[in-house]
Amino acid sequence: MMNDAHEKIDQERRRFLGTAAGVTTAVVAPGVFLHTVATAQSSDAEGRTEGATSAHRWGMLIDTTKCADGCDACVTACNRENGLDLQAKPEGQSEAEWLQQRSAWIRKVKLQDQVSGRISNLPILCQHCEHPPCVDVCPTGASFKRADGIVLVDRHTCIGCRYCMMACPYKARSFIHAEVEEKLTRAPRGKGCVESCTLCVHRLDRGELTTACAEACAKDGHGAIVFGDLKDPDSALSQALRAQPNRQIREDLKLNTGVRYAGL
Amino acid sequence: MKRIIYREWRIEPARYWGLLALLLAVIGGGAAAALYTEHVGHWVTGMNNSVVWGTPHIFAVFLVIAASGALNVASIGSVFGRSAYKPLGRLSGLLAVALLTGGLLVLVLDLGRPDRLIVAMTHYNFRSIFAWNIFLYTGFMVVVIAYLWTMAERTGNKYTHSVGVFAVLWRLALTTGTGSIFGFLVAREAYDTAILAPMFVLMSFAYGLAIFILVLLFAFAQEGRPIGDQMLRRLSRLLALFVAGVLYFTLVYHLTKVYGAQHYGLVSWILRDGGAYTLLFWIGWVLVGGLLPIGIIYHPVLGAQRGWIVAACTLVILGGLAAMAVIIIGSQVYPMPMFPGHIVLESGIPGGAGGLPAPYAPTLPEVLLGVGGVGVALFIAAVGVRVLQFLPESLADDIVDPHATLRASKA
Repeated sequence: MMNDAHEKIDQERRRFLGTAAGVTTAVVAPGVFLHTVATAQSSDAEGRTEGATSAHRWGMLIDTTKCADGCDACVTACNRENGLDLQAKPEGQSEAEWLQQRSAWIRKVKLQDQVSGRISNLPILCQHCEHPPCVDVCPTGASFKRADGIVLVDRHTCIGCRYCMMACPYKARSFIHAEVEEKLTRAPRGKGCVESCTLCVHRLDRGELTTACAEACAKDGHGAIVFGDLKDPDSALSQALRAQPNRQIREDLKLNTGVRYAGL
Repeated sequence: MKRIIYREWRIEPARYWGLLALLLAVIGGGAAAALYTEHVGHWVTGMNNSVVWGTPHIFAVFLVIAASGALNVASIGSVFGRSAYKPLGRLSGLLAVALLTGGLLVLVLDLGRPDRLIVAMTHYNFRSIFAWNIFLYTGFMVVVIAYLWTMAERTGNKYTHSVGVFAVLWRLALTTGTGSIFGFLVAREAYDTAILAPMFVLMSFAYGLAIFILVLLFAFAQEGRPIGDQMLRRLSRLLALFVAGVLYFTLVYHLTKVYGAQHYGLVSWILRDGGAYTLLFWIGWVLVGGLLPIGIIYHPVLGAQRGWIVAACTLVILGGLAAMAVIIIGSQVYPMPMFPGHIVLESGIPGGAGGLPAPYAPTLPEVLLGVGGVGVALFIAAVGVRVLQFLPESLADDIVDPHATLRASKA
């Protein structure tokens, strides 16, 4: 008897499955439609400026022998330029934890040679690799490299998976852990996305040929950061690179970084 | 083999609804944690810019690899022709789908922007193993559902073998893909090795089977359906073999790392100086998740007792979570090798200096979200076995394998 009952087709179950499929379609379809509309609009708004070209490749040489101990002019300038100083510690979060969670695009590192004991100072920032691991691993393509070599995050397509942060050999990226109340138009910032140094792309796109950090370092009289075009043999950067031996951090990975270090 | 009859799980309504209510409470905790974290931001988790993947990822990766492992039981029956495993095939497929759903939900709900899931489904970067995994995971669901259909529907039976072969290949690709999420990361010393992929495959065998045995024993015990001793012995011995395989890969992983002088620091940190992570490795991964369950299963007396088999499976699962913690968190807190030959005196962020590991302490929302994923997996399994015919009426030895009793009497 039991078997007989099972041989019969359960109409109720079929109806239920049919309704479930219908409801799912009804829920998902509008989202797909709206997304198409949204992306169509954003592509219409493009074309305001000329796109970046591969005629340039922007980069930096950081001379660690000129980088002063205890100086944080580059960090302060970057924070002000990109609105990083507007981040507020969420109420209830401890200072120590917040320092680990707040966004930082450039940070000062102090090293001691294990054999000689020699001390070096240098800033670490996104190295704007030619072969950036963050771009390789990003599932949506939000991490991308512009034609002029600047590695950026498209904040419209970043889903906040942090795989790029796992992949970055320089710990150069930050995740926005908390709500951001105040932000600058030139550096929009939203909770749940990843960001990193843009080489002050907003300045470059306006035709200015310097970054906030390089400018501040020069203003303080250190001149440890030379910014410029790696593809222009006459640029100050190319000349500086020719003049003194320099290297890339984690050269073993063969990423061909845009940021080079001398005196290390 | 006698004809196997499958029947819905018919425990009394009070107990069944009680179980569902319990699982719903666990899921509710996870949902609340996800909503809270999404609303206020990830600062309420222990994650930071150094440790970017935390406790939710321990659970998510564990569930995802256990999912492909749970499908093994079905494959052994329909692909490798072991008839004794055939009656277990349907439950194996159901658990595979359930565990994968639970794991993926945790992964998705921990995103910084879970509301942009549709972006992840419409924008792909095919150089990213993550993007490939989106297809591997959704494809796995489709393949397993098709596989279940061929097993359950008489007209589909003739396709069971071919769909089963396809499912085996797919699940191998899936776990290789999951292992490669870590294995392809050149930046971090503990990753950047191809051995993580096969190690994850072995881990999936072990964790998936441990969960399978526990669910099977629980479901059968609640309803009083019989499971033969031979059947259970077969499953538990197989589990011990997989666990030994995990230990073997663990050994080879550390040997490959210790062979090159540049990794001495990492290996000695995990094995000796890593504090909590060293404990998780030795006590969790090796002892609780490896040696103890093998010892129990091969013990002449304990290995034959159901309570001890349950204990062995539980230990494998706990050890698996410990292994995930060491692989996922331990590898992130260990300093990155940016300046060989130098001591980092200051690094601009606390914790990165002096070769000290980065700080990480899990918070309640993270744990609730992770456990919520387990709740979702078990909820799907509980509903599945209740409404559809996943469970065989009996797994008594004479039903599953008529020669078993004969062999036993000779022995």
